[in-house]
Amino acid sequence: MENQFFVDSEHLSSEALAKKHRLETDPSSRKNPMEYLPGMEVIESDICAKVMAQMNSYHYVQYTAADVKAALEHDTCTIEDFKALLSPAAEPFLEQMAQRARIETSKHFGNTVYLFTPLYIANYCENYCVYCGFNCYNHIRRRKLSVDQIEKEMKVIADSGMEEILILTGESRSQSDVGYIGDACRLARKYFRMVGLEIYPVNTDEYKYLHECGADYVTVFQETYDTDQYEQLHLLGHKRVWPYRFDAQERALRGGMRGVAFSALLGLSDFRKDALASALHVYYLQRKYPYAEMSLSCPRLRPIINNEKINPLNVREKQLCQVLCAYRIFLPFVGITVSSRESAAFRNGIVKIAATKVSAGVSTGIGDHESKYTGKETDDLQGDEQFEIDDSRSLDKMYKDIAEEGLQPVLNDYLYV
Amino acid sequence: MNNDKLIIGGHEFNSRFILGSGKYSMKLIEAAVKDAGAEIITLAVRRANTKEQESILDYIPEGITLLPNTSGARNAEEAVRIARLAREIGCGNFVKIEIMRDSKYLLPDNAETVKATEILAEEGFVVMPYMYPDLNAARDLVNAGAASVMPLASPIGSNKGLATKEFIQILIDEIDLPIIVDAGIGRPSQACEAMEMGAAAIMANTALATAGDLPMMASAFKNAIEAGRKAYLSGLGRVLTRGASASDPLTGFLRD
Repeated sequence: MENQFFVDSEHLSSEALAKKHRLETDPSSRKNPMEYLPGMEVIESDICAKVMAQMNSYHYVQYTAADVKAALEHDTCTIEDFKALLSPAAEPFLEQMAQRARIETSKHFGNTVYLFTPLYIANYCENYCVYCGFNCYNHIRRRKLSVDQIEKEMKVIADSGMEEILILTGESRSQSDVGYIGDACRLARKYFRMVGLEIYPVNTDEYKYLHECGADYVTVFQETYDTDQYEQLHLLGHKRVWPYRFDAQERALRGGMRGVAFSALLGLSDFRKDALASALHVYYLQRKYPYAEMSLSCPRLRPIINNEKINPLNVREKQLCQVLCAYRIFLPFVGITVSSRESAAFRNGIVKIAATKVSAGVSTGIGDHESKYTGKETDDLQGDEQFEIDDSRSLDKMYKDIAEEGLQPVLNDYLYV
Repeated sequence: MNNDKLIIGGHEFNSRFILGSGKYSMKLIEAAVKDAGAEIITLAVRRANTKEQESILDYIPEGITLLPNTSGARNAEEAVRIARLAREIGCGNFVKIEIMRDSKYLLPDNAETVKATEILAEEGFVVMPYMYPDLNAARDLVNAGAASVMPLASPIGSNKGLATKEFIQILIDEIDLPIIVDAGIGRPSQACEAMEMGAAAIMANTALATAGDLPMMASAFKNAIEAGRKAYLSGLGRVLTRGASASDPLTGFLRD
């Protein structure tokens, strides 16, 4: 089964519709995704070549049960071991992998689980990424919060007890420029202990500016490391430039950010190869910037507004769990975040094995925290959501559930220095 | 034994078990104080930096000395800032310096630690630096005004025991400050061994935090540390570690 990504909106002009169809059907109408656009900083780095060489030579069907057993025996998990653990041959060993992952998680993180919430401040987007609810051809309610509205949302979230926030925007430089995002960071520093960003990739000096505004953690999802598939899914806009996105974390670290987060969107391409590349992206960057904190996420495709059919294909919960256990065994020191895309049952289980951070009280819409948190009627000025979430537990509920699992929920373990 | 006090920066302690901060829980603090007899409890300033109702500070019993640490600091400057913040929020004058330039192994950076020790000792802190057991660095820490030296036994959280034993012994032999073994102690027997060697105290966390029965493990550590201390004071420690003496004197044949 293939995903059916293309949906035409009746609200598009015939001109826009024609352009959309041209982009979808005629590759020559699309820009070269490996070519930087004007203003995009190019940095000297060998990380990408290293990751891609490993990914391209990874033939996971070659690995056998014996390789998996050996990998589980080893004290230190090598890249080869990791490849075995990600292979189909490891699927029958999922329970053993989970046992080992749990030991590693407990050695490095004890029984703690960190909590955070995302705050979307704008959903304007200039890109056509066919699977995303914010894509520029999708007919949704677009909103950008004013500074006052951002503060109102932050107050509501802070009142719920949350201490870590992740600020998100759609990827539109013209609607949500760096100055606007910086203002949001300054406000966030007033209400929260830890401020992370998940925005379009920017240049080193812009990351430096945002760090000075109070942000200290940058998340950029590569979506897929398969460049051919990337080209076919990201048809228009600056996000189409694959290598600029790849180097985002390195620019963020050079800009002074404490930590960076990574992920592929599992289900877009071959998930085993994407998982390998995501982890090696972390691995090689950590060797180059050993003081940096790193974390991995594991989002799977979800349905969006106007397209209920989108799904994560062959990445079922078992496969997702295998990927997360392999991540943990290979990179015992990295944070692993599991978002509300996954079900409450999955998240309750995975925090006992490998995950160290979960979101709570989540909305992927714009400006609707007050109505979602307090039940207050909406005024129809809210912006639509990026994707459908699965686990809608509030902070209070999540906190209690984690504690009931015998784990320790932690709201903050961070200082801005 | 009653007069055998641990003295750090002029402060006297009866207990030679110090609770580390790695894996925190209220249950752990309770067991450390009640069952392990801890009088010093480490507190990560970054964890205390919370609005959470269950603030760690509220759970520290009366009479316990707080030892705020600078975990999260990547250089001397950041460690100094965290230490000053700790004093501002009422954590007292003690500070454990932890400076890591490595997020994977969390190994301490000795050079930056010496720098931070000098600044903070000058500002009147009782400075307890966490370090990689290197004699030259330890001497620099003494000169910088440290109140103790805290070498690691093995990588933090690893429970691998005294991997750096020979080097810790050198510090015990050569440094005139309490040597407190920190990080990597996974079993009471390893704590006992370090105490037999002449360590002044043991800091542990993961070994307790990950035990099946927390209070029982806390009490096992207390007994092990006391046993090791007694062995050291009795003089047996050196005999055991350096080889037993021969029953017949080797020099008995000498006539004049």
